[in-house]
Formats: sequence, structure tokens, C-alpha cells
Amino acid sequence: MDNRDYMMIDGIPVEINDEKNLLELIRKAGIKLPTFCYHSELSIYGACRMCMVENEWGGLDAACSTPPKAGMSIKTNTERLQKYRKMILELLLANHCRDCTTCNNNGKCKLQDLAMRYNISRVRFPNTASEPDVDDSSLCITRDRSKCILCGDCVRVCSEVQNVGAIDFAYRGSKMTISTVFDKPIAESDCVGCGQCALACPTGAIVVKDDTRKLWKDIYDKNTRVSVQIAPAVRVALGKELGLNDGENAIGKIVAALRRMGFDDIFDTSTGADLTVLEESAELLKRIKEGKNDMPLFTSCCPAWVNYCEKFYPELLPHVSTCRSPMEMFAAVIKEEYSTSSKRLVHVAVMPCTAKKFEAAREEFKVNGVPNVDYVISTQELIQMIKESGIIFSDLEPEAIDMPFGTYTGAGVIFGVTGGVTEAVLRRVVSDKSATSFRSLAYTGVRGMKGVKEASVMYGDRKLRIAVVSGLKNASDLIEKIKSGEHYDLVEVMACPGGCINGGGQPFVQSEEKEKRGKGLYSADKLCNIKSSEENPLMMTLYKGALKGRVHELLHVDYAAKKEAK
Amino acid sequence: MNETFDYSVVDGILSEHGISETAIIAILQSIQEEYHYIPKEVFPYLSKKLKVSEARIFSVATFYENFSLEPKGKFIIKVCDGTACHVRKSIPIIERLRKELGLSNTKPTTDDLMFTVETVSCLGACGLAPVITVNDKVYAEMTPDKASELIKELREGNCDD
Repeated sequence: MDNRDYMMIDGIPVEINDEKNLLELIRKAGIKLPTFCYHSELSIYGACRMCMVENEWGGLDAACSTPPKAGMSIKTNTERLQKYRKMILELLLANHCRDCTTCNNNGKCKLQDLAMRYNISRVRFPNTASEPDVDDSSLCITRDRSKCILCGDCVRVCSEVQNVGAIDFAYRGSKMTISTVFDKPIAESDCVGCGQCALACPTGAIVVKDDTRKLWKDIYDKNTRVSVQIAPAVRVALGKELGLNDGENAIGKIVAALRRMGFDDIFDTSTGADLTVLEESAELLKRIKEGKNDMPLFTSCCPAWVNYCEKFYPELLPHVSTCRSPMEMFAAVIKEEYSTSSKRLVHVAVMPCTAKKFEAAREEFKVNGVPNVDYVISTQELIQMIKESGIIFSDLEPEAIDMPFGTYTGAGVIFGVTGGVTEAVLRRVVSDKSATSFRSLAYTGVRGMKGVKEASVMYGDRKLRIAVVSGLKNASDLIEKIKSGEHYDLVEVMACPGGCINGGGQPFVQSEEKEKRGKGLYSADKLCNIKSSEENPLMMTLYKGALKGRVHELLHVDYAAKKEAK
Repeated sequence: MNETFDYSVVDGILSEHGISETAIIAILQSIQEEYHYIPKEVFPYLSKKLKVSEARIFSVATFYENFSLEPKGKFIIKVCDGTACHVRKSIPIIERLRKELGLSNTKPTTDDLMFTVETVSCLGACGLAPVITVNDKVYAEMTPDKASELIKELREGNCDD
């Protein structure tokens, strides 16, 4: 007897496993049911009505909010459904800016995509779209309310995943809009700049701030020396848009592309991450030695987390590591290295992140009013620049990064995925440096895409308790737990779910594909012949050279002190 | 947070309704009853207490027509313009009130925060049409002249206070 549960989808029996709703089952059955407001990680909103299906009695159900039941029979493609879907699209388009060619989201827009798919060749209704209503106050994201379709994805990401709630619906009926409290500019709101809203937005209503135009000018300027660093998570996320596979490590091709575009010196932020590992481990061990362990040490690599901490938990700032992020550590070292150059120096960071744009502009990281990182370019912007250059990415011959900062370790590479910072620090901290020991660290619980992970590792005769969280909602839940007495020695926080690989500046992918990016980084780690940061020969050179006597000045920052000084 | 704003009133309201996200509408109503509008100073305070984002509270406050984010006058005059009142000439009453107080459709409250004039769609007292209410006290069978007289009385009565 076959006692599995089945239901009929378009006349085909489909097995029901543990799908939460019809929509997931339909998509699993190979039917691309359209949606605007559905994201598997978010609560179900059921507003866009694009995923309607017809049941056996002729009634219409929204597939996203109907659980599958054995014996059910639905159709996804009837004349009526097609007519309704087209009508919804026409109505949305009637109220939407249709200057697609000049839209920042051109080619990446779900509305554009579905209008094309459903062959919408004309809109019968007069266009009532409002004038562009742009808020570019934020350094991280740009909003244009006239392009909003009120799907609420941004609102739910911001409150459910990030626990920030900078934006919400306001007013009602035809006046409804997405707004900050009292319509404040987004830069004055609680926004931490993580950019998850821009990732979730199906249209061009929220996009990553575009900094490429000014950068091109500097690249073409003969009197400017442009150096660039590439973050770990970028290499596994841009390939898909440029003809490679998901999660494929494209660092060699990225270096080749950047060189062709005219960048003078090309480095890998993983080297900066090695510096961070050494400094952060030292800080952790110092705390343990001094017995200052009533509160855990929180990592400080993630700028959205630092922003969140400043806005929502300022009392925790003294427990946030004083280490600068890998990007800022590395930038300080690079600027120092080339300080004697006769040309004007510009340093660019290619990041998976939108909050890095804010971090780069912070007063703490300016020397004589000039930021150490002059431009932060998101992965999305890099893809755009490569396309603009006419480079056929998939045909590029991979190239190596430049000296003198040409070496990095596997520990630095895995910074781009949740748990990576912790694993890298553990490799530094454990006494047994054998391959077996490092391999077993991978199984302490620090790896994987889960939002909250715990691990414990022996340090001498002391057991270190470690928590790894990604997603700021998870972080705030953990903080509440810590406040009520739970003890940890180290807490790694990444604002974006899964870590930097799913940063706000990365191209949008479905959740299954996100995992491939993490795997891509772990296999890049396997290919590195040095696994532990302190074994990077460059580190020795740096600590004896440029960093001698200046470690604190170049590699550390005290957010808490700055806050108090204000 | 505003230093000069007295949050003890809000604290009283919070303890009355319970510090819970679900009580948010009732809390806003009580705050509005107290101040005749919802002062913007309460948003960050409520957000912290209720653990709800300010944007979410703003969302609730703007969804309901009943909530006002603009300060309202001491006397809130609601002129009924439902069908019954309308045919019994409520419009001239509104016009007279606005003229007398220097108000308009877009400026409902006097600068001295004494009077707010707004229209409502039906007060459910059609037999008494045309009807107006002042701070929920009903005045039946109004005329423009009676309205002028009422304003005068309210002003004088206020001076006596």
C-alpha cells in the first residue's frame, strides 16, 4: 500500500511532503507560479494575488496562504486565472513609473519580468503614476516611492528578519505608502543600512546606492592611482549574472576584469581578514586572561551590526571588539603603503554589503578628513561595471592578485559566511594546529546556514562557549538571553541571514542558491595552502614593518569611546 | 527623547491598559483623549516601552482617521454633513464657523489652539438636523447665527475659567 499523500496539480499527481503551502508544492512540481509578495523566509502576506489558483469547485485560492491537503485538486493555468493575472499586472503598471530604460533596476525588476512573461503589450488604464519621489539621504540605499507596488516585502524583512522596523505602511487606501516614522528621510530613521530591503524589493523602489559614476572618473584619471580590495563573499556571488555557475569561485576572473577596467593595484580583503583574526583573537585571549568575562566579546566586522548596536543596544558597545573590520584594517595598511606615491590615491572596496558604504564614510576611519576607503562598490555595482566595460567575463583567463599583499589564508576567505569569523579565530586560538584538528573545528557547530548556532571549544583547561548568529532579529533574541544570565565568551554577529554571502549588495537569489555560495567559500578555503592566519608570511612582514608601534592606530577603533565623547 | 515632555501622563495610560503591543490602539486613544492629538514625543517613548517600532506605531496612527497627529483645539466642533443635515443646510453653518474662526478645509485648527472645526458624515441624530457637537456635547437644529452665538459663548465661558 502506498500511503504517501498526493494532490492533483493541473491534472498531475504530486506528492505532498512538508511543504508549508500550495505555492511551494506547485513550484516544486515545476510550475513557475508568479508572486510579488512571497518570500519563503518571511511571514505570508497574501497581498499581490498573483499566485491565485482555481480549486475543483471553481473557487480561487491564494496558493501562498493555502496549505496543501491530500486529495486536493487545483489548476494553476485557466483562462480566468490568466485574465486576472494580466489584469493585476495592468493595474500595477497603470500606477507605476514606466521609464524602464532609465531605471536603476532595469533588467532585475520582477514587475518588468512578469509584464514581459504575461505579454502585457498595452495598459488600458490611464497612467496615474506619481512623479518620482526619491529619498537619497542614505549612503546605502536609494528609495523611490513612485516605483513602489506596496507588496510589503521591505517592511517584513526590516521588522521580521532584522528587528529594525525603520519602515512600515502608513496611511490607507489610495494614500497608502511605505514610510518611516513621520516621513523622515531614511538616513534619520532607525535604518542600519543592511540593504536586505533592497534585495527583497521586486521593483526599483529600493535599490543599492549607485557610486559607480564617480568611480569611473577616478579610474580614467591618469594622475590617480586606484587600488582595490575584493571581499571574500563577492567571488562566489557574481558569477551567475556573468555566465558562470552559482557559488563558483571567480576571484581569478574578477582580478582579470578589474585589471582590464583600469584598476592599478588589486588585493583581496581576505588578507585584511587575516589581520582581523590576529587582532580579535588577541583581544579575546586578553579578556579571558584578565578574567573580564561577565559579558561576551562581540565581533565587529559587520557594519550593519555595529549600527544596530549603536542604535538599539548602546550599552553593549564596550563589549564590541575594538577591531576594525577587515576592509578598514586593510585599507589603513594599503593607504599607508602607498602614502609616498606621487599620484593621488584612491582606494576602492568591492563588497557584498550596502552598510559598508556607511562604514567607509564614518569619521572614525578618516585621516585628515579623507576616508581610507574612498568608494565602496557592491557586488551588483561591480557586475554593472563589468557589463559596461564589454568584458566577456566567462572567457577571462584568471589572474593572481598583486604583491606586496598577495597572500591570504583560508581563514580569511571564510569570513564571508556565517560562522567563518569564529572558525578563523578558533584556528588561531586552539593549540593543536594539525589538519585533523582544523577539520574537527568545522564540526563544532559553527558551520551551516542556521540563524543561531552554538559551539564550545577547549582552550587550555577552559571551555569557551561561542554563539554565532546571523540576522539581527536572532542577534537581539540572543542579547536578551545574555542579559538574563546566559554566558558566552564570544558572539559572532552578522546582520544578513547566512552572513555576507547574502549581503544587501549581492545579486538576489532564492534560498537554495544561497547555500551554494557558502559551499563555494568553504571549498576556496580547502584550496588555500595556509589555513591559519598567523601562518600568513605577510603578517610577520606587516607587524615588523608598517604596523610596528602603530597597531592600535591603524587596526583598532573604539565606537563606544566616540559615542561617549559626543 | 524630549526633556520637557511630561511622560508621567503616558506612564499612567500605559499602566491602565497594560504594556502590550496588542493594546496599542487603546493606548493611542487615551493619549489622544488627554492631549486632543497624538504628540510626536510619545512615539519614541511608546516604541521603547512596547517594543514596537516607531514606524509601526506611525502606521497604526495614520491608518485610522480618528487619530490626529496635528494639535487640535480645546473645543473640537464637529459639524454633521450627513444626508439629513446636508439637506437641512449644514454647509452654511460650516462656512460661517470657518469664516468666524479664520479656518478652511486644509486649516482645521485656530492658531491659539482654541477651536478645531471638522465635518463628520453622520452623528446618528438625523431627527435633530442640522447637528453639531462641541467636545461630544450635542447642539441640535443649528443655524449659522446660532453657531456664531455659540462661538461667542464658548470664548466668553473660556475667559471665565
